[in-house]
Amino acid sequence: MNQAVISVRNLSMAYGEVLIQRDLNFTINRGDIFVIMGGSGCGKSTLLRHLIGLQAPAQGEIFYGGASLLAAGPQARQQLLRKNGVLFQSGGLLSSLTLAENVALPLTESTRLAAKKIRDIVAYKLALVGLAGFEDYYPAQLSGGMQKRAGLARAMALDPDILFFDEPSAGLDPITAKHLDDLILRLRDSLSATVVIVTHELASIFAIGSNAIFLDADSKTLIASGSPHELLASSSDPKIIQFLTRGNHQAADKGVNA
Amino acid sequence: MGTSSQTADIVLHQHQHIYEIALTGDWLIDAESKDTGSIVSAIGQLPAGSRLLFTTAELGRWDSVLVTEIITILEVAHQTGVLVDRSSLPEAIQGLLKLVYTAPEGAEIKSPIQAASWIDSIRQTLASVSNDLSALLEFVGLLVMTVYDLLRGNSHFRRVDLWLQIQECGPAALPIVTLISLLVGLILAFVGAVQLSLFGAEIYIANLVSLGMTREMGGLMTAIIMSGRTGAAYAAQLGTMRVNDEIDALKTMNLEPLAFLVIPRMTALILIMPLLCLYADLMGIIGGAMVSITLFDISVTEYVDRTINAVQMKDFVIGFIKCAVFGILIALAGCLRGMQCGRSASAVGDAATSAVVTSIVFIVVADSVMTLICNRLGV
Repeated sequence: MNQAVISVRNLSMAYGEVLIQRDLNFTINRGDIFVIMGGSGCGKSTLLRHLIGLQAPAQGEIFYGGASLLAAGPQARQQLLRKNGVLFQSGGLLSSLTLAENVALPLTESTRLAAKKIRDIVAYKLALVGLAGFEDYYPAQLSGGMQKRAGLARAMALDPDILFFDEPSAGLDPITAKHLDDLILRLRDSLSATVVIVTHELASIFAIGSNAIFLDADSKTLIASGSPHELLASSSDPKIIQFLTRGNHQAADKGVNA
Repeated sequence: MGTSSQTADIVLHQHQHIYEIALTGDWLIDAESKDTGSIVSAIGQLPAGSRLLFTTAELGRWDSVLVTEIITILEVAHQTGVLVDRSSLPEAIQGLLKLVYTAPEGAEIKSPIQAASWIDSIRQTLASVSNDLSALLEFVGLLVMTVYDLLRGNSHFRRVDLWLQIQECGPAALPIVTLISLLVGLILAFVGAVQLSLFGAEIYIANLVSLGMTREMGGLMTAIIMSGRTGAAYAAQLGTMRVNDEIDALKTMNLEPLAFLVIPRMTALILIMPLLCLYADLMGIIGGAMVSITLFDISVTEYVDRTINAVQMKDFVIGFIKCAVFGILIALAGCLRGMQCGRSASAVGDAATSAVVTSIVFIVVADSVMTLICNRLGV
């Protein structure tokens, strides 16, 4: 079933006068693991910030289901974004709170659950990401990989429909990154969430991506979309092939080694 | 080649139409450097089209020192139209030069900082002042709306954060406030005593110290201490939270950063400042008493009596109000600079510095205005 959860129409993004990307059109379907890829500095993270409502587009529209994010008033907008969970590149954990308090924050602030129930949910979410027993640690006491997993536990606190990841495996060793990928896959399957990932980690892109778009920094727009494997097999754009093969193969000899 | 280092040398020879640069010895960063200026200018004066090559048979060890010299020579040669044969250089150097002269892919190189003329820099300064002012107004406006939302129950902060902030800017600041106010009281007493003793009026030290502390110095010193201690801390805390994506994370969790982070900090400082000011007044008066009693033979009862006579309720109230205003200004400057902070470590430092500078400017201006008003009103 291909039910659109987010549709982007004619989106242009800019910082002041500087255009980042223009005329973006794509759809994220329910259950997708949607990869936003592209070279460094092409506007991947900026696109993510637009999708989660942190930045306003220069032009164009973003729809959640059928409702426009930009046309919505503050209340309606909160409702639309309420079912989002976001994991920032650095985890984004509040450094003055313990892990348990961090994970509990969205729960205490947007629900009326009893303290005991919140404690249970926090313990459960931390256990899901393999951090059971770390409730009373502060973020600074944990390794980078653990901080990311704790950020993931917090992003999942309200059982989101859509999980956003900004470079989840940046700064992690290959094994830890692989574990995080597996975790994302397993959570997607068991929570039936939609996942949107910004990454340029090829291993992750091929391992978990079910759909993808490729942003190009030179032409400042989206130059390809589709599943990463299909893109590698059928794309004729040398930029995409170079990206997906770490620049090892030119477009001409693709298919031989792909 | 041995491990003992040989002096670097560079010589330019001419064989008919071919010029030859002989490089000998060790060219190392930690060795004495060889001045190549004369060679470079000699190359600059060669006729265009002449050929240049290197002989490196006696070249010892080398590092970046030699490579940069060769780059300089290549560039001068390029400008004067001298043809250089690079193949006579060691292969490793050729490889490095190849890397240096490969243009980065697809990048048009722009100089990030354009040198500005002084008129431009004045214009930029003026523009940044007016930007600062409008940012301040916008921030105040947002705060008012946030307070309105808080009162209507549309957004909220954690009560425990408020208590933590009060603890942080109140009791934790007592030692430094004690020390500074005692000393300021002492200083006031000494300065006054020198003049008053000319008239044999040392007893009025009590008046001078108590009025000076309550109306002016107590509040001012507290404000300056707190702008350095708490204002800077607010800016650094909020700035670091921005760098770490914590503020964005709050937004995605439907928590308004202004309500959640800024309001508890501002409330704490605004509540605590007047109390700290009263405490500072008291400490200053005690400091003055210490000088008067030990050095100028004034008894404790006399000092207390004079103080009670000199200071009226209105003096306390004026100091109190001033300090409350200072509290608002310090909290405003600290939080504003923190929320404006860029996304780098140096930006956090800048935010803290600029929070202190901004709040001290605010404090002094506000103090002058309020003193003037009190003077006009005759209180």
